[in-house]
Amino acid sequence: MNHVHPLAKVKGTGSAKSGVHHWWMQRLTAIALVPLTIWFVGSMLGLTAGDNAVLAVRVWLAEPLNGVLLLAWVIAMIYHGQLGMQVIIEDYIHNHVVEVSLQIINKLVAVLAILMTVVTVFKLISGDVS
Amino acid sequence: MAEFRLPKNSRISKGKLWPAIAGSSNTKTFRIYRWDPDSGENPRLDSYVIDLDDCGPMVLDGLLKIKNDIDPTLTLRRSCREGICGSCAMNIDGTNTLACTINMNDVKGDVKVYPLPHMPVVKDLVPDMTHFYAQYASIKPWIQTDSVAPPDKERLQSIENREKMDGLYECILCACCSTSCPSYWWNGDRYLGPAILLQAYRWLADSRDEAAGERLDELEDPFKLYRCHTIMNCTKTCPKGLNPALAIAEIKKMLASRQGI
Repeated sequence: MNHVHPLAKVKGTGSAKSGVHHWWMQRLTAIALVPLTIWFVGSMLGLTAGDNAVLAVRVWLAEPLNGVLLLAWVIAMIYHGQLGMQVIIEDYIHNHVVEVSLQIINKLVAVLAILMTVVTVFKLISGDVS
Repeated sequence: MAEFRLPKNSRISKGKLWPAIAGSSNTKTFRIYRWDPDSGENPRLDSYVIDLDDCGPMVLDGLLKIKNDIDPTLTLRRSCREGICGSCAMNIDGTNTLACTINMNDVKGDVKVYPLPHMPVVKDLVPDMTHFYAQYASIKPWIQTDSVAPPDKERLQSIENREKMDGLYECILCACCSTSCPSYWWNGDRYLGPAILLQAYRWLADSRDEAAGERLDELEDPFKLYRCHTIMNCTKTCPKGLNPALAIAEIKKMLASRQGI
């Protein structure tokens, strides 16, 4: 018996007054991924590779629109995945220290993955075509 | 961590068999969760064979037949026996429902009866609803106004506005939906659950209420509201045929639209 009233327990520290942004971004990225994924798969199938597949991809990627859409696709995917993973961690991990650690790792991995994608795409476009 | 297995002292052992009385030919077997906090023993599953020719048609009739004629120690809540009080909510044949509104003939094979899932058990089929009711109190389930009420008449509501509460006001707070929700199982300490959120929306949808802003402020929380992942168990199990998942979606829409989305 800790003599805390059930209502006090339920009210706790009150509402965080956030959640709409997370909810909206999850939906927005999900919607964006539908056309972007179709575009990417269609583009890849449409490439005539010849005997140098890497070169074909780099030439395709050098088109500004292709580069922009590819970045948009990958970033939307990483962002969407990060938001989803955050919810899974909140749902299932109830040890506070473990939870916060995983939340930090989750965000860090997402940011690094985005940076990695940007650098890789620019390297593919601007590096030596060989 | 989420629990996927019952703790050791909650695992269910095989219980007693109470055979049919001699001469009964039309029988049905009830397999019922039994737990007595005073015994110190693990829960068990007792089997009772009842004579259908000497019993009413509903599962609640069978349970009361057992309590009255076979084993008076069986403990359960019941009151109205017509689906309006919500007292006899329990898990029957794998689904949360009201014992008084489900016909025994609609249950194939043995009638398996457990208390509402993932709730602390007081005894046998009686769950502890303290936290659930405190959650209900926390949403302030009463009309809140700043304007002064008309001195000579009630606050009026148009027929169209009254219709917006159809599918909401019928909720009897039996907790079948909340206790069927995995999100409520894992995070019920902070997530309000479908029943309470449907009730919250009932007040948001009431044209006479003037506290929508404050109500939405209180609900906008990753745990109180956004633990709903549209699993839809709530809507599937509701014995009154209501749609708590839709009510929750409406709250999310209201929160989005006040941000200009």
